[in-house]
Amino acid sequence: MAKPITEIVWTELEPGCVIVEPGNAREYRTGDWRTVGHPKVDTERCIKCAQCYIFCPDAAIERNEQGYFLPNLYYCKGCGICAHECPVKCIDMVPEGE
Amino acid sequence: MGKRVGMEVSIALAEAACQADVDVVAAYPITPQTHIVEHLSELVADGHLDAEFVPVESEHSAMSVCIGSSAAGARTFTSTSSQGLALMNEVVYIASSLRLPIVMVVSNRSLSAPLSIWNDHSDVMSVRDTGWIQVFAENGQEAYDHVFWAFRVGEDRRVLMPVMLHIDGFILSHMVEALEMVDKELVKKYLPAFQPIHRLHPDNPVTMGAFALPELYTEAKKAQDEALKASWPLILQGWEEWAQLTGRRYSPVETYRTEDAEAVLVTMGSMGETASEAADRMRARGEKVGVVKIRLWRPFPFEQVRKALGGARVAVVFDRCVSFGGPGGPVASEIRAALYGEAVRPKVVNFIGGLAGRDVSPQDFQNMVEEAVSRKEDRQEAYRIYGVRG
Repeated sequence: MAKPITEIVWTELEPGCVIVEPGNAREYRTGDWRTVGHPKVDTERCIKCAQCYIFCPDAAIERNEQGYFLPNLYYCKGCGICAHECPVKCIDMVPEGE
Repeated sequence: MGKRVGMEVSIALAEAACQADVDVVAAYPITPQTHIVEHLSELVADGHLDAEFVPVESEHSAMSVCIGSSAAGARTFTSTSSQGLALMNEVVYIASSLRLPIVMVVSNRSLSAPLSIWNDHSDVMSVRDTGWIQVFAENGQEAYDHVFWAFRVGEDRRVLMPVMLHIDGFILSHMVEALEMVDKELVKKYLPAFQPIHRLHPDNPVTMGAFALPELYTEAKKAQDEALKASWPLILQGWEEWAQLTGRRYSPVETYRTEDAEAVLVTMGSMGETASEAADRMRARGEKVGVVKIRLWRPFPFEQVRKALGGARVAVVFDRCVSFGGPGGPVASEIRAALYGEAVRPKVVNFIGGLAGRDVSPQDFQNMVEEAVSRKEDRQEAYRIYGVRG
């Protein structure tokens, strides 16, 4: 795990602010941006078609062990595209905390 | 010692880039820079230079290609002027922020409108704060020499900064001069291979040009500013070693007959020679006049400017760009800033002239000195556009 961003001093940066650790964007939890609500999947009705997985612009939907596609709320920005695209309407956008 | 040949300065600059064995040239033709890249494309096409010549569709693309190739570890050269420099502006910042040691010759030219192809420093000043090392050549020999210097300094791992070499459009770019060219062995000794710290390569993936949160951007800019300032000793070392190899010595600020001078003309670029001629004529009449030539524009040589102007009673700063509604010319602005904290400092009088190729003669410089000496007003907004009618 890299040093917390607020503790990095200027002399520690690589020349040109180059990032030498591949894939460290995963440390940036874009789910913090979510404002309106998040998707909630009703697995009783889900047909595991993966449409939500395909359409998610942030690749924030992951397949669990049972084969259901569920949002990773560390990265989901709450855009609602999954709910819109779901052919059986098993995804609801619900307020934070639900 | 190298041979002395008569050559158009633009062609000499292309030959220098060829001698520096550049790997990539990406450029778009624009007057008065065209001859430089035109000749480079010939050198590549005729097999004299083993490089990729990328004929892009705009200057924005030219600098973008240069950024990509430099990031991959290739020695990269380009050249532009005026509107072309303005068009590539946003990527010019990125080259320095990513610390990519591209060398770019800017054949200085005015900016539209009205449309003009002739020389002044309006284009330079639009990229003043882009974070590049910037140097002005006074004549063709200096221009030629500084191509090697630019790669040597910029590519040094302790520097890693792009370098802009400014030459006055037409006045230098299209002039045929007697130039002393260096030989292969000298270039080999002076200019080691480019070995970047980080490069784009699939075996060792890195990310260049990522975004930064507000928590990090300030640190990134601090690091960039310190890196540019830290280039100073390597800039001097680059000149020192060039002097040892060629006998041609350069410095951030050059003085001409400033010892005991009461009035000092301050110039940047090719006008230094005209001003020196004016100083000679005035000295012949017993007037104590000297010239200070700013060669290194960024990082700005504050100490050297203070030292060079400290003994004068009046500094006559000649600018070739208008800072509209601002403090006069950009050079005068910098000179005043450098002198502000000094207990004893010369009166600074600013003239703007030589716009878009308007001729400036030694007599004009003499007129400026005479007016400056008699002038009471020393405030920065009291600049005058020299030679304007009406």
